[in-house]
Amino acid sequence: MRYLPLTADDRAEMLGVIGAPDIDALFADVPAAARKAELFDLPLHAGELEVERELAALAARNRPAGAGPFFCGAGAYRHHVPASVDHLIQRSEFLTSYTPYQPEIAQGTLQILFEFQTQVAALTGLEVANCSMYDGSTGCAEAVMMAQRVTRREKAILSGGLHPHYAATTQTIAHAEGMTIVRQAAAIDAEAAVIAAIDGETACVVVQTPNVFGVVTDVTRIAEAAHAAGALMIVVTTEAISYGLLKSPGEMGADIAVGEGQSIGNGLNYGGPYVGLFACREKLLRQMPGRLCGETQDADGRRGYVLTLSTREQHIRREKATSNICTNSGLCALAFTIHMTLLGGTGLRELALLNHSRARELKAAVEGAGLEVLTPRFFNEIAVKVPGSAAALVEALLADSVVAGVPYSRLDPRAGLDDVLLLAATETTTSDDIAALGAALTRRLGQ
Amino acid sequence: MTLQTIGRPTRPEGDTANTGFKSLTGARGLLQDEPLIFELGGWSKTGVDIPAAEHDASDLAGLTRESIPLPGLSEPEAMRHYVRLSQKNHAIDLAIYPLGSCTMKHNPRLNEKAARLAGFAELHPLAPISTTQGALALMDRLAHWLKTLTGMPAVALTPKAGAHGELCGLLCIKAAHEAAGQANRRTVLVPTSAHGTNPATAAFVGYSVQEIAQTDDGRVDLADLTAKLGPHVAAIMITNPNTCGLFERDVIEIGRLTHGAGAYFYCDGANFNAIVGRVRPGDLGVDAMHINLHKTFSTPHGGGGPGAGPVVLSAALAPFAPAPWVVSGPDGLRLVEEAKDEAARAFGRMSAFQGQMGMFVRAYAYMRSHGADGLRQVAEDAVLNANYIKARMTGIMTPAFPDGPCMHEALFDDTWLEGTGVTTLDFAKAMIDEGFHPMTMYFPLVVHGAMLIEPTETESKRELDRFCDALSALAAAARLGDAERFKGAPYLAPLRRLDETLAARKPKLTWRPEPIGVAPAPLAAE
Repeated sequence: MRYLPLTADDRAEMLGVIGAPDIDALFADVPAAARKAELFDLPLHAGELEVERELAALAARNRPAGAGPFFCGAGAYRHHVPASVDHLIQRSEFLTSYTPYQPEIAQGTLQILFEFQTQVAALTGLEVANCSMYDGSTGCAEAVMMAQRVTRREKAILSGGLHPHYAATTQTIAHAEGMTIVRQAAAIDAEAAVIAAIDGETACVVVQTPNVFGVVTDVTRIAEAAHAAGALMIVVTTEAISYGLLKSPGEMGADIAVGEGQSIGNGLNYGGPYVGLFACREKLLRQMPGRLCGETQDADGRRGYVLTLSTREQHIRREKATSNICTNSGLCALAFTIHMTLLGGTGLRELALLNHSRARELKAAVEGAGLEVLTPRFFNEIAVKVPGSAAALVEALLADSVVAGVPYSRLDPRAGLDDVLLLAATETTTSDDIAALGAALTRRLGQ
Repeated sequence: MTLQTIGRPTRPEGDTANTGFKSLTGARGLLQDEPLIFELGGWSKTGVDIPAAEHDASDLAGLTRESIPLPGLSEPEAMRHYVRLSQKNHAIDLAIYPLGSCTMKHNPRLNEKAARLAGFAELHPLAPISTTQGALALMDRLAHWLKTLTGMPAVALTPKAGAHGELCGLLCIKAAHEAAGQANRRTVLVPTSAHGTNPATAAFVGYSVQEIAQTDDGRVDLADLTAKLGPHVAAIMITNPNTCGLFERDVIEIGRLTHGAGAYFYCDGANFNAIVGRVRPGDLGVDAMHINLHKTFSTPHGGGGPGAGPVVLSAALAPFAPAPWVVSGPDGLRLVEEAKDEAARAFGRMSAFQGQMGMFVRAYAYMRSHGADGLRQVAEDAVLNANYIKARMTGIMTPAFPDGPCMHEALFDDTWLEGTGVTTLDFAKAMIDEGFHPMTMYFPLVVHGAMLIEPTETESKRELDRFCDALSALAAAARLGDAERFKGAPYLAPLRRLDETLAARKPKLTWRPEPIGVAPAPLAAE
């Protein structure tokens, strides 16, 4: 077995040192009824070539996003990641290291986490950020529970423009903790309805921008209304590239910003692993979930970094912790930071503008095919009204080798929006892709 | 695993005079004193060539931001920055990484290659189901392996880490009690030796936590458990093998008592690597158990994540599992994504999308590589290696539980350091100077000055001997009164002992122009 260094001789010699007659003696504490003498009913070990062949065959049964015109977004986006990013994250010292609990021999990871926190704080326009959450959706749930701790109120209002998976995740987790989750009806410009729902019992309002229908909203007025009622403003962003162009959550009055960071540095990976961005105002710091990295000095006065404020965390506080989270999304956060460092603020701005430009082109093509675009102000994603079922249209266009986006009904089948199709364009979308979509739509809808 | 700050100093105490030679630049040989990206300039620089946009953003007037205050680096500068930083990390590819309860084993590169196949890496989570059949088949196969290895009928794949899996398991339990009209069960029993995530998760779900006492031989105290079980108890959470590295001999009785009281048995599967291929948790009476794919099944730890924590479930809990999951139908495989129809009793959703697919590919490649025979050998070698360290170090260090074998990790207390003036922390830091990552310190909490050593099955006998030789030499130095070697350690690491108290007292979590530390001035400025 290529991953097991011990030889039969080693094993015999080691048992001798231990003073055990055989390996079974080391499992003596397992009740006899639970000891399995025979091998499990699974295939035996396999060589690298054999395993690679099986996995390649499975992978070949999937159609990767780059295989042709592709317009899916809705919380996960196809972007180009520079080759150096993947090279760097595969370095042994990053890939095969553990959580930096011995800071003297983990300064690489720690300094990068400090850079990551600074980048996330700058992108979201807030003062502090943590070392990341599992993904945007769980970050959203954590933000809502954090608002409960800060305000000691139980009610959270989720805008109807919040990604339905985020809403469902928040409902599941925050409700379990005893909160009341008010989920507003899905609507293109759902943000307009949020202010009216805020009352004196509201712990927080959660608004996504660009929202799940692609609508860009200035949440300043909502934040003012939330603050007037003593509630926190939580702003969610599922497309991190939009931080490069749109007003930051902090600028618009957010107290907590949650983002899905996948778009920067990370692949689609069929939904995970991704990286949740989490930032807030400094005064809320001690109620934050997750790991934090802080600057300090060593015994010689040299600058260094450590995990800090761990008295919020489960390993110290146990049942009184701010969250049960015990990891961050380390390697994905590293990929995010390296890609962000390559981009810089300048490159991110250019990339965001390019995404927006491609989406304008997409909008024109969709309208050219006679469809109504529902999204009034968009970044790189639009909602389109189609005749009949959007799901059926997506299936039909597969015959033209066009993956035409995500039917809204897949995210939220009970909303009654079966005729709404979500389409995203990024820098990876070419004019040819858009032309192919336009032509296929025209052909199908003309039939 | 966890970092304990209880019971140990968090400020450096050592005499700093001992550091000896100092370079003029702050570098230590080839180890550069690397600044932050924010100190490298490049406020208008970018290392990515992006085509000019054809359309502007005039349609978003009033909604755009002024600037993004972040520097950029060209590719060569970025490579150098991150490679330099990488060299300040310890890694499993450099030497044994004996963190007890963390399972730092070799990460096969085949797994990395497989996860990067375009069919997996570039697959959108909401792509039409007919275009993702290979991914669904992989999830289905992974589920089959996990169910077979644990002897459990169902598995929820979506949890994104061990603690997320605990949450998933407890939410299943909560939903099952509610469905049975037992919502008044509000207490979870947790042993004192448990991982911190167990009580934290129970509290997260709104349960109150009660501790179960431990016997002198490091196991659950059955009498205490029996006394605390009752109609108010929703579940027990037991780690098995436990955090002392011991198998709970009475586990079947624990399950029987728990079920007799109408409660569920949640097993923390963090240490499943010790028994995989030899023991099925389903045969032990377990109702739910998360499996850390990054521990037992070798997905990389990546400096702190991402993990993956699928949860196997008993028949009683399976109907409450969260969406989505894979089912087969007339048109091939599909995803059940909504809590309706066949999923009407699902308790909800753990996250957006389908879970940590990238980790599923890696874990499956690992399982297929080992097979039924290799996985059994994994458990045997992991246990053999731990017992070998325990045998070699007994008489030098003091095992916390000397009688009988340990499982995959060997636990020592600090009795053997008494009178030397050296603490567990000092000893751990001195290991760094000898080229080793320390073991887990001060965990579990039930053992004074705990040192928990987990070698894993991927260490050779030679590496184990090298490690034990170094520990023995250090122990001898401590006994001979060479306390300075320990108090000031580490001397040879990229940095010396760090001041955690300072970091927590005046938290500085983002870069600002004035550093609090004494950054060495560049040579040119001197």
